[in-house]
Amino acid sequence: MAVLNEEQTMLRDMAREWADNEAPVGAFRKMRNAAPAEGYDAAAWSEMGQMGWAGIVVPEEYGGSAFGYLSLGMVLEQLGRNLTASPLASTAAAAAGIALGSSDTAKSAWLPKIAAGELVATLAIDEGPVHDPARIATSVSDGVLTGTKEFVAEGDSAALFVVAATDGLYLVAGDAGVTRSTRKMADARSHAQVRFDGADAEKLGGPELNTKVIDLATAALAAEMLGMAEQAFATTNDYLKTRVQFGQQLSTFQALQHRMARMFTELELMRSAVEGALEAIDAGRSDTDQAVSLAKAIASDTLHLISREMVQLHGGIGMTDEHDAGFYLKRARVCETMWGNAAYHRERFARLNGY
Amino acid sequence: MASAELDAAADPLATFRDEVRTWLAENFPASLRGKDNAMSAVDGPTELSPEDEAWKTAMGEKGWGVPAWPRQYGGGGLDRAQVRVLHEEMARVGAWNPIGGMGVMMFGPTLLESGSEAQKQEHIPAIARGEVRWCQGYSEPGAGSDLASLQMFAEDRGDHYLVNGQKTWTSGGQWADKCFALVRTDKTKKHEGISFLLIDMDAEGVEVKPIRLISGSSPFCETFFTNVRVPKDNLVGREGEGWTIGKRLLQHERSSLSGGGSAARMFAGKPMGALAKEYRGEDDQGRVPDQDLRMRIVRHEMDSRAFALTLRRAALEAKSNQGPSAATSIMKNVGARITQDRAELSIEIMGMNGLGWEGEGFSADELNQTRTWLWGKAVSIYGGSTEIQNNVIAKRILGMLDHQ
Repeated sequence: MAVLNEEQTMLRDMAREWADNEAPVGAFRKMRNAAPAEGYDAAAWSEMGQMGWAGIVVPEEYGGSAFGYLSLGMVLEQLGRNLTASPLASTAAAAAGIALGSSDTAKSAWLPKIAAGELVATLAIDEGPVHDPARIATSVSDGVLTGTKEFVAEGDSAALFVVAATDGLYLVAGDAGVTRSTRKMADARSHAQVRFDGADAEKLGGPELNTKVIDLATAALAAEMLGMAEQAFATTNDYLKTRVQFGQQLSTFQALQHRMARMFTELELMRSAVEGALEAIDAGRSDTDQAVSLAKAIASDTLHLISREMVQLHGGIGMTDEHDAGFYLKRARVCETMWGNAAYHRERFARLNGY
Repeated sequence: MASAELDAAADPLATFRDEVRTWLAENFPASLRGKDNAMSAVDGPTELSPEDEAWKTAMGEKGWGVPAWPRQYGGGGLDRAQVRVLHEEMARVGAWNPIGGMGVMMFGPTLLESGSEAQKQEHIPAIARGEVRWCQGYSEPGAGSDLASLQMFAEDRGDHYLVNGQKTWTSGGQWADKCFALVRTDKTKKHEGISFLLIDMDAEGVEVKPIRLISGSSPFCETFFTNVRVPKDNLVGREGEGWTIGKRLLQHERSSLSGGGSAARMFAGKPMGALAKEYRGEDDQGRVPDQDLRMRIVRHEMDSRAFALTLRRAALEAKSNQGPSAATSIMKNVGARITQDRAELSIEIMGMNGLGWEGEGFSADELNQTRTWLWGKAVSIYGGSTEIQNNVIAKRILGMLDHQ
């Protein structure tokens, strides 16, 4: 765990307590079974809004707390542990896009509402099944935006979109000229297709801002993945201590001990890489892009390993819908794919380092 | 408050920092700036230049080679914050620590915890001044990873022990003055029959034979003990308590093997990507041409950075002076993996030039790379193999139990 200040420690402890008491994995299961269009429990999101989490990266002058990305990451990690579905990561990334953008009217109009948890905002970047910000056809002319965005997280419920066009980032309110088509996916969260057909758009910044905002969203997602990996590992470790075969606890078998030791080692490296990226963002470091690609590549590989092993080491019970292992496996693959998988980020890291 | 008082309040270490700067300016010979430490205790006999000698003496007298050790035994008596300032100021002027070796890394911390007052007074100041070299008598031909099955026997002869047996992998044994050894004092018990004994390497009956390794070097020895008389005063702790003390020492060892020093060496030298372009050229987009190699280099670089971040995180998180923990096993394993991956990648990049053994046609760097690769195979074996570290992680961190 990174060294936290008093505010961050309080925030993390509060988030952990809330997630464990109010949003255990059972709450996610209930939501999955109820299958609301928005892909999260609205009452739980409302509580998060009241706790001020949506305003963690919003500047104080617009009603936020400006606690920064390490703080946001601490909260998302706790939510990730219990697979708590919420539009927090998307809303925070969109808020950052607005806060960093050039439009003062957009800041005054939207940031206070976001900080108060009154609306869901999201990023709409990719136009295909694989993250590729270099391939964008969406364009703006005469102040209106036209294009189709695929697999937009929280696309079903967002009232506000931060949209990537050929010449940079734009802000689009989710009413006139916006059509959503739900995509039912394995993780039971919202990943809608969103069509913009001549929607009013306000410019936030050029392609550089686009890259920066994607990095923020990627680091936030990596924090959620850290929580998932942590809990998937802990659940598996607990299971090995209770399951008896050949008259022994599974946890006494050296072959399994070494697999767990290896996974735990990878988990430690993952935590360092993820916290390192969040700290780089907060410090405004010039190599933040590298730190983010490092975090997402390692987070993807490690969560992949641990979520696979979670199913394997639980044996048959891990294959059943009744057990939680499948939830971690499904959400893990979605998180790996979002904002670029490990291969994408290794390639990017190579380019940034001049290999 | 006056502004000077405010400044002092803002940085309580300012006075100490000034003291360090002044002392370094007066004592660190400018000619040694940034030079590597020529005084490592394991690598071989050393002939020190007058400047090296002067620097070692100055640091030894100041106690700053072992800055956190107690003053009454010749240490620096500094707290953690002061040690950090000392290291920062040394780095600033390119100064390095001339005091080192197994006495500093392993034996000293252990004796400070477990030794008698007389033993501390006898041994610690000599280590702090870099005067005495210690070697480790742990492994035996039949007791490597299963260390507790060691057989070297110390028979109680009243005022002394009579020691017979063999140790192996004695790092730097041929140059050491003294040996801290695990010996069996009771053949009827396994762990409880082991004691921690200090043996003079020049005592009658001690014989040292260097072992030639696959890399061609001989940093380790076989050490034979035949009717060696060891005074009873040289027993550390109580008889039969050696396993507990010995394990504690291993934690110090792992901590030093995985710590900042080795990490600094690991990241020294040319970046892998630059090395690859030097030997393999570039494709039309300025990339390493072999895509498979290029991605493996990236994986290695990412691993290295994540490890560096983890070392930094561990250092920042260590709030108390409780010494090394089971988490050092994680660092040891990752450090070993990265060291070996780096060497393997390097020789692959260099092709046949990375496999030279001696003579013409190879640069010194290339020949060195061959040796580094081969020597590096030891890092996942010594100090407790990767498999042993995984056992430690599983049992002590994850709470998994032994098979019954």
